[in-house]
Amino acid sequence: MLSRLWNLFRRRRLDRELDVELTHHLESLEAEYRARGFSEPDARTAARRDFGGLVQVQETYRDQRGIPMLETLGQNVRFSLRSLRRTPAMTIAVIATLAIGIGANSAVFSVVNGILIKPLPYADSDRLITVAHAAPGIQLSDSRDVGSSLFLYFIEREQNRTFDGVGLFGEGTATVTGTGEPEQVRRLFVTSDVLPLLRVQPLLGRIFSQTDDAPGSRNTVVLGYGYWQRRFGGDLSVVGKRLIMADESWDIIGVMPRQFRFLSQQPDVISPSRFDRTQVMVGAYFRRSIARLKTGVTLDQASADIRRLIPIAIDSFPLVPGSTRKQVEDARLEPSLRPLKADLVGDAANTLWVVMGTIGIVLLIACANVANLLLVRTEGRRQELLIRAALGAGWRRIGFELLTESAMLGLTGGIIGLGFAYFGLRALLASAPANLPRVGDITMDTTVLVFTLAVSLFSGLLFGVIPVVRYAKPKLAGTLPAGGRSISGSRERLRARGVLVVAQVAMAMVLLVCAGLMIRTFQKLNDVHPGFAHANEIQTVQLTISPASAPEPEQAVRRQYEILSRIAALPGVRSVAYTSAVPMGGGFNADLIFPEGKPLGDGSPPKARQLRFISPGLFETMGIPIVMGRDFSWTDVYEKRAVVLITENLARLEWGSPQQALGKRVRGSSPQDEWREIVGVTGDIRDWGLSRPLTELVYVPILAERIYNVPVWVSRSVTYAIRSSRTGTPGFLDEVRQAVWSVDSNLPLVNVRTMTDFVDDSMARTSLTLVMLAIAGAMALLLGLIGIYGAISYAVTQRTKEVGIRIALGAQNSEVRRMFLRHGLVMTALGVGIGLGIAAVFTRWMSTLLFAVSPLDPVTFGAVSVVLTTAAALASYLPSRRATRIDPIESLRAE
Amino acid sequence: MAKEVLQGTLDLMVLRTLETMGPQHGFGLAKRILQVSEGILDLNQGTLYPALLRLEQRKWIKGKWGVSDANRRARFYELTSRGRRQIEQERESWELNVSLMERFLRTPVPKED
Repeated sequence: MLSRLWNLFRRRRLDRELDVELTHHLESLEAEYRARGFSEPDARTAARRDFGGLVQVQETYRDQRGIPMLETLGQNVRFSLRSLRRTPAMTIAVIATLAIGIGANSAVFSVVNGILIKPLPYADSDRLITVAHAAPGIQLSDSRDVGSSLFLYFIEREQNRTFDGVGLFGEGTATVTGTGEPEQVRRLFVTSDVLPLLRVQPLLGRIFSQTDDAPGSRNTVVLGYGYWQRRFGGDLSVVGKRLIMADESWDIIGVMPRQFRFLSQQPDVISPSRFDRTQVMVGAYFRRSIARLKTGVTLDQASADIRRLIPIAIDSFPLVPGSTRKQVEDARLEPSLRPLKADLVGDAANTLWVVMGTIGIVLLIACANVANLLLVRTEGRRQELLIRAALGAGWRRIGFELLTESAMLGLTGGIIGLGFAYFGLRALLASAPANLPRVGDITMDTTVLVFTLAVSLFSGLLFGVIPVVRYAKPKLAGTLPAGGRSISGSRERLRARGVLVVAQVAMAMVLLVCAGLMIRTFQKLNDVHPGFAHANEIQTVQLTISPASAPEPEQAVRRQYEILSRIAALPGVRSVAYTSAVPMGGGFNADLIFPEGKPLGDGSPPKARQLRFISPGLFETMGIPIVMGRDFSWTDVYEKRAVVLITENLARLEWGSPQQALGKRVRGSSPQDEWREIVGVTGDIRDWGLSRPLTELVYVPILAERIYNVPVWVSRSVTYAIRSSRTGTPGFLDEVRQAVWSVDSNLPLVNVRTMTDFVDDSMARTSLTLVMLAIAGAMALLLGLIGIYGAISYAVTQRTKEVGIRIALGAQNSEVRRMFLRHGLVMTALGVGIGLGIAAVFTRWMSTLLFAVSPLDPVTFGAVSVVLTTAAALASYLPSRRATRIDPIESLRAE
Repeated sequence: MAKEVLQGTLDLMVLRTLETMGPQHGFGLAKRILQVSEGILDLNQGTLYPALLRLEQRKWIKGKWGVSDANRRARFYELTSRGRRQIEQERESWELNVSLMERFLRTPVPKED
């Protein structure tokens, strides 16, 4: 078999050799006859006769030598190339349509592949899971679980039967000083189990062991590859050197390899979390935990294992003073294990599949258009095909040839499409929302290439099969003698095109409805009030006051105040304040909040709420109204008064109204926590994004006593919010920077943004989906209209004779127009009807992407139907006008 | 005269001819086969070439370029050891077939009284 395949490639040489052999034979025969006394011509004739048909021998020989099917394919390819070159305009139109369609699919598939299909970049990554716990009794209204907790982690690590390792991790930042400029770095905290359970190896040195995360052990740190390159220039002797981070000295013990990624991030530094088991109490959730399942263990078995361990964990540690056993039980802790990949990808999966689906539909519409073009083309070749059929070409052979042609068109489109996809993907990634998971895993790899190849071939066969079914039938041969075009014949042909057009309109309808729903969602989101006002005027910068430069909390606050005053003095600054996290800034500081006046120990357990540590003036700066009561004053801050503000929704939830809440007291879950008086109630904000519910918040002064188990709490890393009409103008930021540096020249300014950026971020996924669907919808609309226009134009051409007769018999222009218009509108109506039905099913999949819009939103469905029908009417009106200009005499003469 | 030759018989004739005569070119083979068949076989000599290719593909014979008696370039075919084994197998099955057919053909037709 292989040698036969090989023979395909050296056909020419083999042919020559055969010639030599055959000639030798013939000449020898001839010579013999001559020797017997034949004349030369007679000898030649006799030799030929004895030898038999030379051509047959050669043909049989060739068939025997190669693989007939493949050779036919080769011939077909050459033949198709020739015939495609004869109609360059059509060929280019088809290839361009396909290239765009396939390219779009490849690009989106690259994203789907990178995020959803590819395994995580760890060995046996399908056994990695997130170990979270649900606690329906105390859960925040807007989070799906309470994560893990130290008391759970220690027991799970020590007593589980289903894990090959379980560890805690956290992400944060740290300031590195010492050599060069102070720099803020991405820091990953891990317990010693985390890196080994991911099965990653260091590039240099070692990773953490049990001794590194024991309390009181030396400071050790592992560097990320990028940071090692950036800060140390890839110094191979870096292991053993020191890093000054957060004003402490750290021993560098290793460097991670270049491809190492922790979930979606590439951390700059990795440091061990050193938890003291003797200090652990039952409570304090929201830690993140991952584990590796033992071989053969299922998620359900692991869940059962954790369910067994939860009561053990509760009994193994002391309760937080003031809380009761019953409260802990009422929290109803239960395991909530998820595959790590699913957890990481989250709700992006839904968006991606919807986008993939719509792009797929665009390709189908493109295929329908191409099929239409090919139908016209094959129609033009009808005479040729008929003659060949009459000469004995089998319809299989003709069909095979037509399919080869369309497969080649598909493949060419696919190859050019790959080029489009490459650039499209780069554009796509550049505009991807920052919170899109696994962006680093998105590449055009073999899977993408195979996908593209398959899609190209599939679409080639899809649009290729239609002309084959119509034209390569055996009955063809019979129609040849009839020659001319009968009216009924063209009717039948029109029907094939009609079906394609209806399908196109239906698919365009589906896409336009999807795009319409996203537009409505976007509108609704834009109408949502985030809770703060004039976001574009608010400049934000994050600053961290290190314990080294201001060891005492009070000193840190004074430094922060000094910076605040300098900024406030800048021209054009209306107000400035700072907070542990700005709204929508992704802040997460939760604690169980006990409201006063509600019985402890029985009744509903206290719920976890978000805390924000703020300076006075934040509400004014943000444009958040104070509904009742007052803002904090600097006296509240410096005297560490036990006061808080709460959001209006929290006030209503706990006490029924803001008036009722004012003057009441709340406290956190730590043992030394004290009761804090509610001095004000503020307007609600959407801290988790515009499409999410309102967040219940408790605002605490930036300096507070006895909270989180520390005597004096200060937020050292804070975000300044600056309201100014000059926000966004050149020079303003420089002035802010100078103001900060006039207080402390060692402070790096991070996360320099405006509040508008935060709002945009929260809408990024919606925007991206909207843009993708809008592009898909526009392409679908355009292709659909081209389809209708083409079909009607074609009908006009085909029915020229008929129209000529009608006009000759006295038909009015308007009647002729109406005839074609009706044809177009009937197809459109059918398409719209079918499309509405499909859309009603399809949009249900995207309901999670919608906000305040029903998947069956009548406005969208209605508007899209009207728009599509109007556009289609126009697309059929234009060619139908041409029909009225038909000259009856010429049209009859034409045939 | 048996114009139709059973499928496969040409292959065996070629193999057997090569066995008795040693390496031969196509013309020599054709001549010899026709000689041996003494006019019973009416062979289009061209048919030999696809057959030779087939035998070569099955590795029963091997072709080599050489020089003929008339000092011309020609392709000489030679039996391989596989080819030799093939002849043995074919010979057995032919003999079996022939003796079988003979029994049927020689059995006298009972007279109808």
